[in-house]
Formats: sequence, C-alpha cells, structure tokens
Amino acid sequence: MNNTKKFRREPLTDTQLLMTITICIFVGMYLLAMLLFKGGFLHAQQVFDMLNDNASLIIVSCGLTIVMIGGGIDISVGAVTSLVVMSCVLYLNNGGNIFGSIRLALVIGLAFGVVHGFLISYLEIQPFIVTLAGMFFARGLTTILSVNPQKVDHDSFAALRAMKIEIPWLGYTAKNGNLIPARMELGVVVALVCVLLVFIMLTFFRLGRGFYAMGGNQQSALMLGINVKLTRFISYVLSGLLSGISGYVFMMHTGAGNATNAAGMEMNAIASSIIGGTLLTGGVGNVVGTLFGTLTLTTIKKIVVSSGLNDPWWQSITTGGMLCFFILLQSVVLSRRAKKKKA
Amino acid sequence: MKSKFKNFFKGGLGQLAIPIIAICILVIFNLFRDPSFFSIAIQHNNDGNIVLSGNLISIINGASELAILAMGMTLVTAACGGQDISVGAMAAIAGSAFVKVLKSTSVINGGTVIAGFLLACVVAMLFASFNGTLVSVFKIQPMIATLILYTCGRSIAYWINGGATPTVSSPIINAIGSFIPGIPIPTPVLIVIAVAILFKLVFHFTSLELFTQSVGINGSAARLNGINSTFIKLLSFIILGICVAIAGSIGVSRLGLINHETLLLDIEMDTILAVAIGGNNLGGGKFKISGSIIGAYVIQMLTITLYAMKVSSTDVKAYKAIVIIILVVIGSPVIKSKIQKLISRIKARKQNTIAKGAV
Repeated sequence: MNNTKKFRREPLTDTQLLMTITICIFVGMYLLAMLLFKGGFLHAQQVFDMLNDNASLIIVSCGLTIVMIGGGIDISVGAVTSLVVMSCVLYLNNGGNIFGSIRLALVIGLAFGVVHGFLISYLEIQPFIVTLAGMFFARGLTTILSVNPQKVDHDSFAALRAMKIEIPWLGYTAKNGNLIPARMELGVVVALVCVLLVFIMLTFFRLGRGFYAMGGNQQSALMLGINVKLTRFISYVLSGLLSGISGYVFMMHTGAGNATNAAGMEMNAIASSIIGGTLLTGGVGNVVGTLFGTLTLTTIKKIVVSSGLNDPWWQSITTGGMLCFFILLQSVVLSRRAKKKKA
Repeated sequence: MKSKFKNFFKGGLGQLAIPIIAICILVIFNLFRDPSFFSIAIQHNNDGNIVLSGNLISIINGASELAILAMGMTLVTAACGGQDISVGAMAAIAGSAFVKVLKSTSVINGGTVIAGFLLACVVAMLFASFNGTLVSVFKIQPMIATLILYTCGRSIAYWINGGATPTVSSPIINAIGSFIPGIPIPTPVLIVIAVAILFKLVFHFTSLELFTQSVGINGSAARLNGINSTFIKLLSFIILGICVAIAGSIGVSRLGLINHETLLLDIEMDTILAVAIGGNNLGGGKFKISGSIIGAYVIQMLTITLYAMKVSSTDVKAYKAIVIIILVVIGSPVIKSKIQKLISRIKARKQNTIAKGAV
C-alpha cells in the first residue's frame, strides 16, 4: 500500500500547471515566429535583445509576483523605478561615485517598501490605495527633481555601461564575414540572478512558503503559526527593494533619466505576472512563469512588428487580445480542475 | 437639540465622516491661507454670456467627469468587490465614437449630437459588458479583467479615429462643454446634478441598491435568496458604461477635440480614490454614492488648492499623495479603534473625577 503511494506521480499543482502552459505557449509561439518570419528570429541575439530591453521589467515583475502570491498588489513599482533612475542620474552628475549610487538606489527602493509594508500590514489600509499614493508620490518627486531629461555624464559609469558579456558561439556571421558575438548586458545577469534568488526563496525557504500560505488563506496561515503581519510586511519590502534594483538596471540600459521613464511599467509587470500564471487572489504563482510571461509579452510585440502591421495601434491591441486569451484560459482551466476535485 | 446633533454625527454621518472632515479641513486651510480663494465673480465670457467664475466654480466644474465616473464605480465596487481600471480608456473609445458621428455630417445640429451620444453610450455599454462578462460569468477579478481594456483601449480609440486627433467646433458642443447661453452655471455641473438625481430615483423606485449590497457582501448567499448575482454584477458594469459615455462626451465637448492619449488621463486612479475617500469599502458590500461624489470634490479641491499655491501641475501628484496617506491613515481601522479606546478612557477618567467630587 505504502509502496504504491510512494511511486505514484504527484498531480501537478495549480501553480505548476499554469506555468507549464505559459512556457509551452511561449516556446510554440517563438518556434512559429522562427518558421514564418525567419530573419531576426533565427539569431540567438533576438533572445538576448529581448532580455536586454526587459531586464528591469523582469526584476520588477519578480517583486510584484511575491506581493501577488501573498494576496496583495503593488502598483507603485514603475514610479519607484523612475524615481530611482532620476535620483541616481542626478547623484552621479553631481560628483557621486558608483557605489554611492547603488546604495542610493537600494535605499530609495527599501524606503518605499518599508513605508508601504507598514501602512498595509500594521495599519490595515487597502494595498491598492497605499501603493497608488506611493506611485503618485514617486512620480511627483521625479518631476520635482527634474522635469527635463538628464543624461549621465560620468566616466566610470560609462565604463560600467559599456561592459557587455559576449558569447561567441551563439553569434552569427555578418554579410562581410565578421563574426558578431551575441551580446548581453550586465543588467540581464542581475535580472536572472534576481529570478533565481526569488525562486529559491519561494520554493525552499520558510518565508517563501509563508507567502503562499498567507495568499491562499490568511486565517489558516495564522493558525499554522505564521506571523502574517510580518510576512506581508516583508513581501512589500522585497518588492520595494527589487524596484530599486530595477531602477539601477534601467539606468544602465538607457543611461539617462526622464520624468516619463518606465511609464506604465506597473501594468506591464502585472500583465507579465498574470501571463506567467500568478493569480491576483493570491496563493498561486511562480517567478519562473513570470520570466516567461515577460518574454511572451515581448515576443508578441516583435511578431506584430515583423508581420507588417505597422499602424501604431496594433501592438497594444494584440497585447490586450493576448492578455484576454491567457486570462480566459486560466479561468477555464482552474474552474475545470475545481469541478474535478469536487467530483 | 444638542443630542440630536450628536446622534446625527454618531449614526447618520458614519461613513461620510471622513470626506466631510476632509472638505472642512481644506476649507479652513484655504480660509487661513487666502480668503479671496472663495470669491466668485460674475463675468462676460468670450461669447458674451454672463457666467460665474472663480476657484469654487472651477472646482465644481472640473470635478464633473470624476464625480460621474465615481458614481458608476461605486456600484461596480460594491457589487464585485473590485475596481474597473479601464474607465479612462473606455472614455476615450466612447469619445471617439461621439466625434465619429459628429464628423460624419457637415452641419452639427441637436439631432446629430443626440445620435452621437447614443452611439457613444452603446459602444461604452458593449465594452463595459465585455468587462462585466469576464467578471460575472468567468469569475475573474475585476482589476485583471479590466486590465485588458486598460492596455488596449486607448489604441482602439486611436484606431477609430484613424490615426488622427479630429476636432469638432459647433455652438452646441461648446454649450455642453462650457456654458449654455443665459445660464451662468457651467453645463457639466448641471449634468452631474441630473445624473445624481437619476441615481437617486433608480434607487428609490427599484431595489437595485439592496440587491447590489447583498451581492457584494455575500454573492452565494444572495443567489440562494433568489437574487441573480451574475446579472447584478453585469448590470453594475453596464451602468458604469453609461457613466463613462457621459464623462467621455463631456470631456470631448470641453476641449472640442478627441485626443486618445490625453482624454481623461489617469482618471481611473482618481476615481478609485474618490470611492475610497468616500468611505466605501473597496472589498465590496455597503456603499454610499453621496460619499463618492464628495470624495470626487475633495480630490478636485485639493488639486485646485495646490494650483492656487503655485505648485506646478506635474508636482501636484507628490503633495496629493501625502494628503491621501494622511486621510487613509486617519480612516484606518487600527487607528480608529485606538482613538476610540483613548476617548473611552478619557470619559472614564472624567466620570471618576465627577464621582469623586460627588463624594
């Protein structure tokens, strides 16, 4: 009896199922794009470009995934990213050094996270309102710092920006016979490390399992002996910290600060998390799925451009359609499983 | 008399306490800062009409779209326990439909405007029922369901406009957006009053209010009691759709053009804020439309006060955030219970001293 139980395969959890669907759809879509459009999609550089452009979005989405698994929401992430970019640019231009700017980025992110976490978990204010206020505050501060775009003028930062990881064996030969290696920015490494760390934290650590328990059912989590208030507090602090990191990565990518930086990033991050299989109700989600969610969103945009729909409105209309598809798919899959469980 | 007054504050005000206190604080602050803030002047505008002008008028006028949207949003919030974040994008779509009809004829008369408005209503109701179906039938959280239109709504408006920002100019549109000749009150204010009366009438003659509250408090219990909760949720979205069409049409008439990117920009966040300041629970259940309306005016008054203090329009957000945080902290359950404990302790001490004095 015991033996058969041991060897029976465990059924997929909701989290794993949704993540698997996302990854399959991403791979399928990318293969289809390779067959149909060839060109850029055949080079490995395309994937690296997607990662280069979206490193900061991936980091922000990680933080948001943590908060969403815990059953909350943080819509201030894009604004905090933009504030970090602007303040770091001004700090560097006024004679700061690299380490100071990194510290500044982390401190700003942490400060926002701590205030949000305190107001939400200890004063029990609705997370949407608190982080909305945080978003207004960060956007307002950004324009108070500078309304005009600012370019970084700093030697060692320029050197840091120029540092790229080259992978020769994934490169391709250009028409004139030169080998162009695949290039990856430092920010991508940071992003991937963040994904890995958050994944390990969510899967193997008591704190991470606490997020799932809290998001699934707060009362049960309380009865299991989880300090729900502290856990919720930490989830917002982590999200704030990750937005700080994302701001620095954003600055390394663009090299300039602008008041409209990262506009709409919070909704993109929420969309990536949802496509990656995280539910806003909490308790279900995975950060690896989020990574693929971000890539899926970008791939759709690239496919729209490649397929010749050049009118400016097609990109977001297809994104919306895709989002609709994923949301409906999740809803149908989960309700079917729930019915099966009941039966 | 005194006890009546006390009772009013204890029972009747309840939910409305925070928005009314907020308005009082803003009024007192402005009185101390600059009493001329409240001056109202009678002027002749460019068309030669006699009109009222002044900060108060611009507050009441400027908050019109927000107030209308907040009324609809309150219903959605109460029934579904979530918010519609696509109202700005839907308003852009409705406005585009409105302008499309106006542009189709060479002469704009009353009939065209009504036809345009009706089409805007139909279009907004269609999109709203798309949102509503996702929420009520597929049981998706409102914020996620409406995220779809939030992402692509403004692009759909751009598509309808054919990649341009068409302008309309006509005395009728001008009258809707600013003043009707002979009436010194801005027309949008009149529209808000009309919509509010309509809501009141609907609540008076139907049991919509009761049904919405019971669906919001416990959907399955409401269903067992014979209320079609799916339909009520869908209906709340459709009503919001009509509100969106009205707000979008006002927005277009104000400017005389439709710009898909800037029409009612960021209004969704302000609307949700108005609902929250109005003391409504964002998790659904009991609601008061009047609270949301006052909430909308609080937001606009704050903005105009900041403008009057020479804060630039881009920096306003930061100060707004501070005020919002102070308001919600005062209204938070933890702080409330602490204050109540403090008050009861003071009362107990007072009674002790009185008792001692008697002895």
